[in-house]
Amino acid sequence: MRSVLARRCLWALAFAVTLLALLATAPQMFAQGGEPQYFAIRGAKIVPVSGPPLENATVVMAHGVFTAIGKDVAIPPDAWIIEGKGLTVYPGLFDSFTDVGLPSAAPAPGGTGEGGGGGRRAAPTGEISRGPEDRPGTTPWRSAADEISLSDKRIDSWRNGGFTTVVSAPKGGMFPGQAAVLDLAGDRASEMVVKTPVAFPVSLQPGGGFGNFPGSLMGALAYAHQVWIDTEWSARAQAMYEKNPRGVARPRYDRTEAVLGQAAEEHILVLIPANNSVQLRRALELVNLWQLDHGDHVDGVIYGGQMAYEVAAEIGARKQKIPVLVNLKWPEGEKDADPDEKPSLRTLRFRDKAPSSPAALAKAGVPFAFYSGGITAPKDILKAAKKSIDAGLAPDAALRALTLTPAEIYRVANRMGSIETGKIANLVVTDGDLFDEKTKIKMIFVDGKRFEAREPEKPKDPPKGNMTGKWKLAYTTPEGPEDSTLDLDMASDGTLSGTTTSKRGTASIISGYVSVDKFSFTINIPIEGNPTDVVFTGTFDGSTMKGNIDVMGFSIEFTGTKPTSQAAAAVGSAIESRTSKESSVAGGAQ
Amino acid sequence: MQIEKRSRAAVVCLLCYFALPFLTRAANPPDAPPVILIQNATILTVSHGTIEHGSILIKDGKIAEVGTSIKAPKDAQVLDAAGQFVIPGIIDCHSHIAVDGSVNEGSVSVSSIVNIADVLNPDDIDIYRDLAGGVTVANVLHGSANSIGGQTVVIKLRWGLPASKLPFEGAVPGIKFALGENPKRSNFSIPGSTPRYPATRMGVEETIRTAFAEARDYKKTWDDYDKRMAGGDKKAIPPRRDLRLDPLVEVLEGKRYVHSHCYREDEILMLLRVAKEFGFKVRTFQHVLEGYKVADEIAAAGTGASTFSDWWAYKVEAYDAIPYNAAIMTRRGVIVSINSDDAEEATHLNQEAAKTMKYGGLTHDEALKLVTLNPAIQLGIDKRVGSIDVGKDADLVIYNHDPLSAYAVVQETLIDGRVYFDRKRDISERDAREKEKKVLMEKEKKAEEKKSGDKKPGEGKPVAGKPEDKPKPPQSNAVSRGAL
Repeated sequence: MRSVLARRCLWALAFAVTLLALLATAPQMFAQGGEPQYFAIRGAKIVPVSGPPLENATVVMAHGVFTAIGKDVAIPPDAWIIEGKGLTVYPGLFDSFTDVGLPSAAPAPGGTGEGGGGGRRAAPTGEISRGPEDRPGTTPWRSAADEISLSDKRIDSWRNGGFTTVVSAPKGGMFPGQAAVLDLAGDRASEMVVKTPVAFPVSLQPGGGFGNFPGSLMGALAYAHQVWIDTEWSARAQAMYEKNPRGVARPRYDRTEAVLGQAAEEHILVLIPANNSVQLRRALELVNLWQLDHGDHVDGVIYGGQMAYEVAAEIGARKQKIPVLVNLKWPEGEKDADPDEKPSLRTLRFRDKAPSSPAALAKAGVPFAFYSGGITAPKDILKAAKKSIDAGLAPDAALRALTLTPAEIYRVANRMGSIETGKIANLVVTDGDLFDEKTKIKMIFVDGKRFEAREPEKPKDPPKGNMTGKWKLAYTTPEGPEDSTLDLDMASDGTLSGTTTSKRGTASIISGYVSVDKFSFTINIPIEGNPTDVVFTGTFDGSTMKGNIDVMGFSIEFTGTKPTSQAAAAVGSAIESRTSKESSVAGGAQ
Repeated sequence: MQIEKRSRAAVVCLLCYFALPFLTRAANPPDAPPVILIQNATILTVSHGTIEHGSILIKDGKIAEVGTSIKAPKDAQVLDAAGQFVIPGIIDCHSHIAVDGSVNEGSVSVSSIVNIADVLNPDDIDIYRDLAGGVTVANVLHGSANSIGGQTVVIKLRWGLPASKLPFEGAVPGIKFALGENPKRSNFSIPGSTPRYPATRMGVEETIRTAFAEARDYKKTWDDYDKRMAGGDKKAIPPRRDLRLDPLVEVLEGKRYVHSHCYREDEILMLLRVAKEFGFKVRTFQHVLEGYKVADEIAAAGTGASTFSDWWAYKVEAYDAIPYNAAIMTRRGVIVSINSDDAEEATHLNQEAAKTMKYGGLTHDEALKLVTLNPAIQLGIDKRVGSIDVGKDADLVIYNHDPLSAYAVVQETLIDGRVYFDRKRDISERDAREKEKKVLMEKEKKAEEKKSGDKKPGEGKPVAGKPEDKPKPPQSNAVSRGAL
């Protein structure tokens, strides 16, 4: 009698455990991106890019690749069918040069006190660099693929904006590291890597200043030239030494030369910065100047390209075409510009004509792709691409610059960039034309995994408390402790507006909101002459707040207090007087 | 959408109309008519006196004929210069215009690795302004922050051409040295950073000596390697090419000119001694404000002197400067030029030259030579420019008065027979440029308003009022924005 009971209990236990196990795994199967690997979108407009668009067609995906595309394709029985009526299916978009997926740029380990790729001067971390032999700002061994951090919120927001693929590189220094092609999905960082290394970006920003080589543009150029000469010498010297070491002083080992030499053998792309016409023409000469072994030139790709409208014909005239990655952050006037300060005619013309650069490149037969540049919101990337269409670029060409062309440039076009059978199943599904402002992105597929598009975050819940008032913020940047005032105005629905004043000047809030006790707002200030978005996010409680400031990949903690009205006035005037004192010093040093 | 398209098209048409005349100026060089005749001018040849009521025939960018009665060939463009003066293009022997980024690589004491030619900026408006001052050739130098500075380049001010077309073809490349207070910077320190060696004049000398000793050794390793290769040795690993020492080797081999910034007599003599010891020549001393004290030594060394007209006492090492410097050195047999070291100063080098007539009694033609033929000789380009002689480049400046007069204003500046600056045309184009500016600013404003109009009410700033209505912001705000 007891044994029967015991056996029944054991069975019940086993059953319960199995049920629990199933329940535990079940959510996985239906969570975002964890669904069945078989999908079919039926009856949609499909824009393959590699061919003409197909109306009322079907695309089938399985195990991360496209298995069938066409009007009357068989849909496997275990595929999850998505009715595509009213939907348009595009290949997943490519951001061809960014650092999405990589955490805030730390100063390069082992490097000397050079500035980041954005030109921001970090405090000297190590020794001063006294010449090219100290290899300032040179860390070509850093690999984006090794530094991916899934906690980067931009992975989510880029994907949500239709971007399934990015080419990300570490930032910081003149040879910051190796770029990789990443697909923006995966439970583990390594799953995101599609191909690495694909390119070596070069920056010619001399972060040095007085005391750190290089401190000038010509210094950066000379340094880069010396690095390539050394790389070529090293490859030759090592080879000769290996053949006949006896009686010869051994050539020294240099990590930079070793890494770049390896890359040169594999003909890895070198990304050369060039935005205005002078830089563009110089870049064409640099590609000839930076030679490798046996007289091979580096495989150059230009990034920037916003004045290509003046130089496109010259780029196109070259026998070996140099592709151009066009920065979509079109030049704009400063948001808080002094209205009495009139920009020069040259600046006005540049701002006016920059969006016509892609059309000029297309006309000259130069392959080009788009990248986000300093844009922080993915929908603004598409808006900026639309501007180039308004300025004369064919919409097909604009789409290609966001899909197949970057895949071709980075040599992964055999596996992505268009909707073709066998290629990686990256898609963005919209309810209209991709470049139309009213179009909404419905869903995104990355490596065959489905993601529902989220609506942009609007304040869902009413704010708890009122943030309106004058706040005093404190934070520590690489240049030292700083503070600023924040004049906030919170509307009843939680929308934020206002201005911040710091030693860098005054800036208005472009957008911001409060939800319960969480807030987020964005300002735009010029950093080294370029308008740059700075995002403040955090929580507040009554008259204190704390959070993070995100700018150019850096993330800095800050705290804020809302002093009483008297104290606030005192704080305001203190900042004013310090601003004028500092500005007189800075003005004198000019 | 339709109305938008139409108004946009209208704006574009308007733009094209206004833009066309001078979209060409910045983008393309001026027309190059094959034949130009300048007639009825007072020609100051510099090399062989003055020709009254003279004419210059220019063919294919060169001076084909100079004389009193030249008949205009068919199809020649005729420039009537009645009552006007023509001189050879002014050559500025010490210039920092047209440089992209900093003109100094001040991080290290010996920065011979950098090259100004790598960073020429053809869009620098100072090129145009100096053209308006009659300058046709500039010796663009590295700054004076380093004992041994970067490589330098001679350019022609071909406004509108890309950087690759600016350098003076065939001109010997140069390198900048600096002696005295600027490279030693003993009274200039950045809190928190180690001061850079050298901090004394003796340190400056040591820096130069050591660099050339290194260069000598480097040259020897390459000479040894070349010998071994010539001897059939295949095993030899070549030395590593050092971009910092290559230009110093060129100096030792006489293939690169040394232009040395200096002030005091002791450092002038120091450099002459060091150069003699290492077997190279100093091509020019720059500024050389105490040159009058050691004029004989400079003359004996065959070194040129390029100096200011009358700048003095702006630092301790300039205390003993006198405006007679140029004249005294000239009388002692030094080839002297007067330079600007400054984009604004370069717009009136003709008047700076004139000052030597008052201070030192140089003749009219001797004074004019200081900014034309002498700098050409110093830069080794006198076979092509510096005077109005048949066969030389048609680099010419037309003035409305004698160029050494305070009333002289440049009317036209020609380089290689092309009019790169035309005063009348510049004045006539100003209105159109202002109009184009207004059109573009209006366009931007409209786009900005459209953008903020799309925003929800409550977000974004209210549309700014007219610039005249808004009160001028306090000075500190404006400066602090620019201070970044």
